[in-house]
Amino acid sequence: MFLPDLGKYTVPVLGAYAVALLLILILTVQSLIRAARIKRDLAETEERRKHHD
Amino acid sequence: MSLWEYANPRRFMRLTDIVLPWSAGGAALLMTVGLIWGFFFTPDDYEQGSTVKIIFIHVPAAMLAINTWFMMLVTSLVWLIRRHHVSALAAKAAAPVGVTMTLIALFTGAIWGEPMWGTYWAWDPRLTSFMILFVFYLGYIALWAAIEDPDTAADLTSILCIVGSVFAFLSRYAVMFWNQGLHQGASLSLDKAQHVADVFSNPLYVSIAGFILFFIAMVLLRTRTEIRARRMSALIARERQEAA
Repeated sequence: MFLPDLGKYTVPVLGAYAVALLLILILTVQSLIRAARIKRDLAETEERRKHHD
Repeated sequence: MSLWEYANPRRFMRLTDIVLPWSAGGAALLMTVGLIWGFFFTPDDYEQGSTVKIIFIHVPAAMLAINTWFMMLVTSLVWLIRRHHVSALAAKAAAPVGVTMTLIALFTGAIWGEPMWGTYWAWDPRLTSFMILFVFYLGYIALWAAIEDPDTAADLTSILCIVGSVFAFLSRYAVMFWNQGLHQGASLSLDKAQHVADVFSNPLYVSIAGFILFFIAMVLLRTRTEIRARRMSALIARERQEAA
């Protein structure tokens, strides 16, 4: 078996890891998506300003 | 070169352009090594069985939950005293990381507590102060979102941060102040009787180092985003003013 033998605590141990990794993943993805969106929007705004000036 | 020079957004962006990829890469490497080492290559504890493996996520997350608030306290004080925008934005950027770590610590603690203590939750001093810290994080994030003027938001959230520091402090030291409750003392301690065995502490150190680098990478990334968002708001406000 790929997983170590966790005995009667399989569900709590795997559950703890799953919850933690899921929350870390959500934070990372949300941060990256927002960073990309704001970077793109700022570039568009600066471009518009350049044309305006 | 003075530390205050990095309060200049341009200098901060230039520095973090270099630091961010290294901290993100280091975080990915050390978290992977620490968690794989802890999960796959450590034995069961004679008392806790395989639940001891939860320590490799619970302890780093709990440490960061508390220390993120202290980092926010320092940057909030810098904002209040020296009015550097980057420091206020760094505090704002750190809060979602801190709340995530607090949530992980609360969840994994509850999951670990049930088989060990026979309950998911108890109104133990450390658990209770952690729960209050979680509520403070939510309040802090909500306050930033609720106030339109960024400087006013930074002022008020800084004051909230100072008040909440009491609970961040209690989350760390509640076990010492009140000799009651279910939660044990520090897992990593200079006191050999309290310190976990080397077979667990070595992967735990690697995992903690990975979590710290993850925190640095996230805070830098999010601070850069906040700086850009602030610049964009300023440009849009100028456009509106010119159009009016």
